[in-house]
Amino acid sequence: MKHKSISYAKWGYIFIIPFFVAFILFNLIPLVSTFYNSLFENYKGRGGLVQVGPNFIGLDNFRTMFAPETELGKYFGNTFVLWILGFIPQIFFSLLFASWFTDLRMKLKTGAYKVIFYLPNVIMAAAMGMLFYTMFAQNGPINSIYMSITGKDSPYMFFDNVWSQRSVIAIINFLMWYGNTTIMLMAAINGVDPSLYESAQIDGATPSQTFWKITLPLIRPILLYVLITSLIGGLQMYDVPQIITKNGEQVQRTSMTVVMYLQKHLYSKNYGMAGALSVILFVVAAVLSLIVFYVTTEREPKKKVKKGGIK
Amino acid sequence: MAAPVDAVGEMSNSKQLLIRRVISYTVLTIFAILSLFPFFILLINMTRDTNSIQKGFSLVPGSYLIKNFKTVLGKHDWKMLSSLKNSLIISGLTALLSTYFSALTAYSIHVYDYKLKKFLFTFILMIMMVPTQVSALGFVRQMSDWGLTNSFIPLIIPSIAAPATFFFMKQYMDSALPLEIVEAARIDGSGEFRTFNELVTPILKPAIAVQAIFTFVSSWNNFFIPALILDDKNKRTLPIVIGIIRSADYASFDMGAVYMAIGISIIPVAIVYLILSKFIIRGIALGAVKG
Repeated sequence: MKHKSISYAKWGYIFIIPFFVAFILFNLIPLVSTFYNSLFENYKGRGGLVQVGPNFIGLDNFRTMFAPETELGKYFGNTFVLWILGFIPQIFFSLLFASWFTDLRMKLKTGAYKVIFYLPNVIMAAAMGMLFYTMFAQNGPINSIYMSITGKDSPYMFFDNVWSQRSVIAIINFLMWYGNTTIMLMAAINGVDPSLYESAQIDGATPSQTFWKITLPLIRPILLYVLITSLIGGLQMYDVPQIITKNGEQVQRTSMTVVMYLQKHLYSKNYGMAGALSVILFVVAAVLSLIVFYVTTEREPKKKVKKGGIK
Repeated sequence: MAAPVDAVGEMSNSKQLLIRRVISYTVLTIFAILSLFPFFILLINMTRDTNSIQKGFSLVPGSYLIKNFKTVLGKHDWKMLSSLKNSLIISGLTALLSTYFSALTAYSIHVYDYKLKKFLFTFILMIMMVPTQVSALGFVRQMSDWGLTNSFIPLIIPSIAAPATFFFMKQYMDSALPLEIVEAARIDGSGEFRTFNELVTPILKPAIAVQAIFTFVSSWNNFFIPALILDDKNKRTLPIVIGIIRSADYASFDMGAVYMAIGISIIPVAIVYLILSKFIIRGIALGAVKG
């Protein structure tokens, strides 16, 4: 491994060029230009008839963004609420199912369940949103089941109330992601040294003791990883609420997420504000990503020590 | 003697185990039904007409499958067929380019030693988590400056730089591509590029296949960027059509046709998933352990 000849180094550079050319052209330059745009007054006034700017205005767009009447906090709040409503059941059931699937004593047949649980994750989020919208609509199947069970003769308007609308979005997010999280956590639990479980079994530990005292502490780094990557994913939430709430306007924008708000500015060519919002979003995502980065790189050395120990 | 005591302990243990298994299977089955229920409704309602759909929920399929399909194809403002074709072209090419160049990039980091290697590797890991939406403004404006609005290029070519796919490939190489193979090929006089194409890619086949599926699916489902790039009726992808169906006056729609349109967007991917599911699920687990 160490006697690699230096003369091959140029091939290393050649092979990595396409990645960086594509990255610079389609990611880096647009990112810089987005940041640059945030410093300019640039929008279409009077319903798109009059072009204002671009005029350099420094940080004024950020001042407008953070002004109370912009209600940026509301959109971040909506995003967080929609995320946490889906994430709490997701992490709960994923942990439960992952510990069942890996239980050495129960020996469950898991194959079909894993396939079914993961299925919604490959489905187009926009189509999932549309499907649930039709299902929960005024004269949709859920309401016909609801009316026949409760005997009421008027349907429940799921998309006229803040929390029922948010719940439908959270249910979709939950359904789309719990299978993925279950499989990730299963892999994490399978990575735990099996001799720990064997000795716990010999010592007569109950399943719940095994879970709280062995599984949970040992998979904590992966749990943290799941939490933060899910939070970053949640920050980008767009497709499902966009479809469900018809571009966010439904129920006084109580389910409009940050990215939906960004899309609104992009769509109406409100470039200055869209730029400022992008920068804010970038900073939030970057902070979260740095945490992930440290969490995952911290895990590496530990793994190596463990491997070495076994050998 | 200790034997009877043990036997009793064993009994209550196995009884407990049985109860636990019954509970587990019951809960798991409830969740399996919950996960499949929306798709079940979709399949049933794809075969019914608006009247019967609005009358209520049914467990029995109707006889309108073909008619609904024809209605969807006949809707000129939806352009379902050309959108399906566009989605296939974009997702297929994206999967191809993304996996090939990610493997090539990972190969560069895995096999060669050069000055910037460590820095570039760390850099790619750092950009992995940056959401695409934050550069969307600059991206959309730049593409329109380059005359690429309504072109598929902005949706395909950027996938050459796919940090997550790269990372997966790199992890796979660490466990499945010994450097001795590359060195043996060198001794045999194989050029570096040829070694990668003819010797290395076959070894990477499982990783390439898994990532090709994931990339295809995420491109197929992508809504945010395509909706900003494509506004020509004939250039739309499926998620954009779904958005248009939702934005239009929903109440006046033929509901059977709406379900059919959702079905056309969902079913191809669902079928591919079910065929390759074992493979895919192993792939997620692989990414999870390493990731």
